[in-house]
Amino acid sequence: MAEIADSGGGGHAKGKKRAKKGSTRVDMTPMVDLAFLLLTFFVLTSTFSKPKVMSLVYPAKVEDNDIVDGPKINNAITFLVSEDKLFYYSGEYYPKSAPGPKGPTKLEETNFGPDGVRKLLAEGNAYVLSGKQELKKKLDNKQIQDSVYVNMLTELKKKDQALKVLIKTDDKATCKNFIDLIDELKIAEIGVIAPVEMMGGELELLKEKLK
Amino acid sequence: MPKIKMPKSSPSIDMTPMVDLAFLLVTFFMLAASFRSSEPVQVTTPSSVSDKIIPSNLIMVTVDKGGRVFFNMSNAEARKEMLTNMSGKYQIGFNKEQMEEFGFMESFGCTMKELPGYISLSSEERGRARTLGIPYDSTNNELKDWINFGNLAALNTGKTLFEEAKLKGDNPDANDFKPKFILRVDSQTLYVNAQKVIDVFRDLNLNNLNFVTSMEMPPKN
Repeated sequence: MAEIADSGGGGHAKGKKRAKKGSTRVDMTPMVDLAFLLLTFFVLTSTFSKPKVMSLVYPAKVEDNDIVDGPKINNAITFLVSEDKLFYYSGEYYPKSAPGPKGPTKLEETNFGPDGVRKLLAEGNAYVLSGKQELKKKLDNKQIQDSVYVNMLTELKKKDQALKVLIKTDDKATCKNFIDLIDELKIAEIGVIAPVEMMGGELELLKEKLK
Repeated sequence: MPKIKMPKSSPSIDMTPMVDLAFLLVTFFMLAASFRSSEPVQVTTPSSVSDKIIPSNLIMVTVDKGGRVFFNMSNAEARKEMLTNMSGKYQIGFNKEQMEEFGFMESFGCTMKELPGYISLSSEERGRARTLGIPYDSTNNELKDWINFGNLAALNTGKTLFEEAKLKGDNPDANDFKPKFILRVDSQTLYVNAQKVIDVFRDLNLNNLNFVTSMEMPPKN
């Protein structure tokens, strides 16, 4: 392949000048060097995976005087995020001055790991997760179509029994903490996610916990 | 006993297959590689399990570690329209070359006053220039104007493209021609910094935001 056929030089008559027979083999080492250099360069500089995006719909802003008491959220969990720390309470917020049926709200600590928030959400949102598995089974058995599956899943996530999540961050929380939490919520198939402002009473509870 | 004769072979190895392979790989990587665009800021994005690919028609706001804000938009035509509107509002003139150059620029993070000078820099100089980010406080909210005019310009160009696609007889989805709003936040930056930018979007009633994340493996059940 890389050798150039060098026959034909041998059939000359006697006495005639013979061309010097040099090796016709081309030294390919420099070419290989170059090829691998380029290869290394392209391997190192190329970025294959295009960045991904995670969409999040924020609640629309309302004017201060427009605020009306929304419907009572019966199945909600509120996360309070601080720097690498995560706290939560379930249901409504009850300040110390006006305790609810179970007394004033207490914060529970959890973490971003699989044993912490993921377990908590999987238990809280079991209704949707089991419903999703049933739908998935139907999809695998070809009882429903892809688009129907997607629609039914969105419907399922909006139901009253599905867990709703409110996220409140303090001024030390990083974007990584926030995105990590949203990520866990998406894994747990939470349909309603509302990042909202922290109230003064909650901030005090959080500060107490952080001490 | 007969002597064992070692076959006399040339000590040089035929490297042709290796070269073939090497060049095959070089060609593959050359064609498959998409280079990192030269953004003025390096941002380490947080990771998520989301597998939605970043849309091509985008308006992107970058928040770096220190809270500086950068703006970027994908469509060159829309960018020029946006700059014309911005220069009208802030009474800052741009010549034709600057307009053209702006259409192909990457993210920028400077005030309107600094912008003509910033555009005139070469792309290497831009990378080295340390700008302070686009102001977005209540007294001087340039970011809001950028997003607003950017959105309007992108909607305009999107509309024309949509009509063209319709004439061609494809069945286009109008939503594909609307710009998507992307937030590229550094994972170490404080959420309050990002929240200020998010509030700017929400003030404009743009509530559907997308966070740029790098891929992470989803948990196995």
